[in-house]
Amino acid sequence: MICPECGKRPATVHVTKIVNNQRTEMHLCQQCAQEKGELDFMIEPKFSIQDLLTGMLGYEGGWEPTRVGPEPNRCKLCGLSYREFARTGRLGCGECYRQFGNRLEPLLRRIHGSTYHSGKVPKRAGGTARLKREIEKLRAELQQHVDREEFEQAARLRDRIRKLEVQLNG
Amino acid sequence: MGWDKILSSRSKWMEGTGPAADIVLTSRIRLARNLDGRPFPHLMSPEQGTQVISEVTEALKRLPPGELGTFKVYNLSEMLPLQRMALVEKHLASPEHAKGDGQKALGLREDEAVSVMINEEDHIRLQCLYPGLQLDETWELATRLDDWLEKKLTYAFDEKKGYLTACPTNVGTGLRASVMMHLPALTMTDQAKRLFTAMSKLGLVVRGIYGEGTEAIGNLFQVSNQITLGQSEGEILNNLKSVARQIIEQERNAREMLLTGTRVELEDRVWRSYGILANARRISSEEAMRRLSDVRLGIDTGMIGDVSSRVLNELLVLTRPGYLQLLVGRKLNSAERDQKRAELIRERLKPSKR
Ligand SMILES: [Zn+2]
Ligand SMILES: [Zn+2]
Repeated sequence: MICPECGKRPATVHVTKIVNNQRTEMHLCQQCAQEKGELDFMIEPKFSIQDLLTGMLGYEGGWEPTRVGPEPNRCKLCGLSYREFARTGRLGCGECYRQFGNRLEPLLRRIHGSTYHSGKVPKRAGGTARLKREIEKLRAELQQHVDREEFEQAARLRDRIRKLEVQLNG
Repeated sequence: MGWDKILSSRSKWMEGTGPAADIVLTSRIRLARNLDGRPFPHLMSPEQGTQVISEVTEALKRLPPGELGTFKVYNLSEMLPLQRMALVEKHLASPEHAKGDGQKALGLREDEAVSVMINEEDHIRLQCLYPGLQLDETWELATRLDDWLEKKLTYAFDEKKGYLTACPTNVGTGLRASVMMHLPALTMTDQAKRLFTAMSKLGLVVRGIYGEGTEAIGNLFQVSNQITLGQSEGEILNNLKSVARQIIEQERNAREMLLTGTRVELEDRVWRSYGILANARRISSEEAMRRLSDVRLGIDTGMIGDVSSRVLNELLVLTRPGYLQLLVGRKLNSAERDQKRAELIRERLKPSKR
């Protein structure tokens, strides 16, 4: 079957669209479907099973069908839909992590066994994370000094922590 | 003309020095970073891609002179396919990056210990490559460069999720630390497979030498961390280091076992391979890698005294199909390649050149 949009390429994508409870079905080629932005709607899942990552995404519930409405489920910044992410396994921009936040958690847990970064924090883009990390570290040190009854060092650390907390809240 | 320099220079990792150099060829640190507020490379417009290249180039040019080195940035679309292939063979770019489609560039430090892939899967893939087992030193260099770049570039970072990357398998630290090891004795004694299965339980992966999806050739294996979220860089490095040390120990034991138990067989195998490499008139890439592994084992166990592992590391790169054709300066069919490869190896193994 030839794509009715361009009349050139084979129609390989099956699009089901529901508008005002009216169900329309279309067969388009990949390119036209993409251009029309129809890939956001229910498409016959064509993802490869070999791809572990997208396989996991499908399993994690990326595929409950036809969430259709005036507000498609897209990232505000880059326009990527969650469905598109589920198909390719790649996010579109940093903002996607915030926009799709909750839905990514089970996936991240499965890949990494964790959902919380505990490593390096950049100086400029790190925001308050750097301070928080520093405070956490000092608190652990403080506890050690308290355990060893090294109260002088503990007191010094407590002062430093207070200063940082003021910085954090100020 | 910039390109000729890359071709003739020897990358730092090829020196064949460093701790545990008898088993560990290289230590590699790769950091994935993205710029804030714009799409990742696979969704960028050509204009955005060009913009990222110019911003990263600018940041690299402004590194403090001296200790961090000076960088040149190459536009991959201006390179010939063979040249890009050679970059992969030198471990300076990933196969994905070397496809060269779209707006892709590569920043290279003079000694080739640092390469910066621009617009690979992420905006920035900073890679540091040192010879031998030097994960801490390699990390030290990478994190300092990262700090400097961050002064000029605003990274996509989230307090909870860390450095944000296109693929969720890299999010968090964005760190992939790898050790490339030569494990002939563990392979010969059928212990390698078992060891690798055990490693996957420790959150580590084993791959071939050109990264993801490549097969192991010449008994060379790349062991890297899998997890990037939830562990700090220090934990990741310590975990990999301790596993690497255990593998080194097991490989040394296996070599010792072969040397005491079946010394003549081992010597025969090593010297046969040496004989073939030193005399063959045609040799395939696959056979060359296999024989070079035998000779490397011969050098590292003291059987062969007058060939340096630096020469072997160079041959590892020179005899790859892309590099070979680049040296000759034109496309070669496979028979021509095999002939040229044999010639190159013979020349390098000549006593005067060792
Ligand atoms: Zn069409
Ligand atoms: Zn996005």
